[in-house]
Amino acid sequence: MSSDMRYEAPATLEAAVALLAGASGVARVLAGGTDLLIQMRGGRVEPALLVDIKGIGEMRSISAENGGFRLGAAVTAMEMSEHAAFAKAWPGLTEAAMLIGSYQIKGRATVGGNLCNASPAADSVPALIAAGATASILGPNGRREVKAEDIATGPGKNSLAKGEIVASFLLPARPARSGDAYLRFIPRTEMDIAVVGAGINLTLDEKGVCTHARVCVGAVAERALLVQAAADALIGTPVDAAALERMGAAVSAACRPIDDKRGTKAYRIKVSAVMAKRAAAIALNRALDRARGTK
Amino acid sequence: MAKQHVTTTINGNPVEYLCESRQTLLEVLRDELHLTGTKEGCGTGDCGACTVNVNGRMMCSCLFLGVEAQGKSITTVEGIANGEKLHVLQRKFVEHAALQCGICTPGMLVASKTLLDRNNNPTEEEVRYWLAGNLCRCTGYNQIIEAVLDAAKEIRGA
Ligand SMILES: Cc1cc2nc3c(=O)[nH]c(=O)nc-3n(C[C@H](O)[C@H](O)[C@H](O)COP(=O)(O)OP(=O)(O)OC[C@H]3O[C@@H](n4cnc5c(N)ncnc54)[C@H](O)[C@@H]3O)c2cc1C
Ligand code: FES
Ligand code: FES
Repeated sequence: MSSDMRYEAPATLEAAVALLAGASGVARVLAGGTDLLIQMRGGRVEPALLVDIKGIGEMRSISAENGGFRLGAAVTAMEMSEHAAFAKAWPGLTEAAMLIGSYQIKGRATVGGNLCNASPAADSVPALIAAGATASILGPNGRREVKAEDIATGPGKNSLAKGEIVASFLLPARPARSGDAYLRFIPRTEMDIAVVGAGINLTLDEKGVCTHARVCVGAVAERALLVQAAADALIGTPVDAAALERMGAAVSAACRPIDDKRGTKAYRIKVSAVMAKRAAAIALNRALDRARGTK
Repeated sequence: MAKQHVTTTINGNPVEYLCESRQTLLEVLRDELHLTGTKEGCGTGDCGACTVNVNGRMMCSCLFLGVEAQGKSITTVEGIANGEKLHVLQRKFVEHAALQCGICTPGMLVASKTLLDRNNNPTEEEVRYWLAGNLCRCTGYNQIIEAVLDAAKEIRGA
């Protein structure tokens, strides 16, 4: 780490953007630091300026907006899980964030950091994309709204320009019969990086027919993949066994994974379908529970 | 660059220190403040030996900058006992032989206390998941889990 790093903790988003935009050397946003401080320790990034965003109120809160939720990008996994209304509306996204590391890490790790760090295996990202989240980004040229799937572009790379900060995410209003779920495969029960992750979000009509679906898989390509063909396999069906098989096949067909120590290509392609089918079954049950008014 | 001035609260006492912006809280605690109870195992968030409590939440002090402590309230293992009187968790760790080399113990104690402050009636499974980020190479964990459950029982007055 460079010895003369400057640390700033501004109270407003505008001040944070101004600091980042005006920096002459390498500048980084500091959220929970659970990726960044490790990268700095390893010498992979040597910032001249760190801008700590945790003092910025609008980035730290969850609030109701247009029937949905505005989720601050610097809200931690623990804070999400403790927000009863949010966790109830988006159990899949909340569970995905709560898979991030130990309880020590969950108390620090943010969804904004998970997304902007751009690891292809990031756990909350497929769930966030499946949820249809829109990121609100502030930069030196003003605000722009970008779909969550358009932020990470490849391992460690994102589409943010110099000075831009992801301020928050808008999670859309939930129709009555909706459910989401995220599952990952790891060889242990805790504290490991996903071999494959699958996030599903679906809505049913009064007859139980799927009218809307989003399917997103992680750790099977250079970034999380939103698979339209897999969603199409569910839409118009009662999400029965046949539809799940077609959805799983579409997921496998879309994967373009690498071989590494956690899993081979062939294994990941196969397991992606299994994880997606199981997650869809959970999302379906959640939607049916809501329809019955039990949850 | 000039060192940063930080005002914080550690184990209930107001503390001021100067640190470099890149120093971790773990380094500040051990090297500047000589609170060496907090241990470094991995330095990368994996082992939990460096666990401290910040504003009621447990964190890895190896993944927390000294400058981030500004205005916060921090509890380290040194803040758990009441003077010479051991905290019930410390007593139960001794009774259950929940430590051997002791490197993991400060982190285990801070993490367990954070849990029991939130929930004094956890299930065994909840204790195991809560402590999943605290590694121990000596005990095999069972004695630690038993000590925490036993301490919880005493706290509940059961
Ligand atoms: C022990 C351990 C276990 C872990 N386990 C998991 C796991 O199981 N699953 C998983 O997915 N990850 C895991 N991680 C990785 C990490 O915890 C997550 O990626 C976490 O969500 C990162 O969030 P953060 O707030 O700590 O990000 P930071 O480290 O603060 O930031 C990460 C990057 O994103 C940038 N950034 C952060 N916020 C913003 C923003 N709002 N706008 C623009 N840029 C921003 C930063 O500049 C930095 O480059 C683990 C890490 C550790 C240390
Ligand atoms: S030293 Fe901090 S987690 Fe290991
Ligand atoms: S007692 Fe030695 S590591 Fe736990």
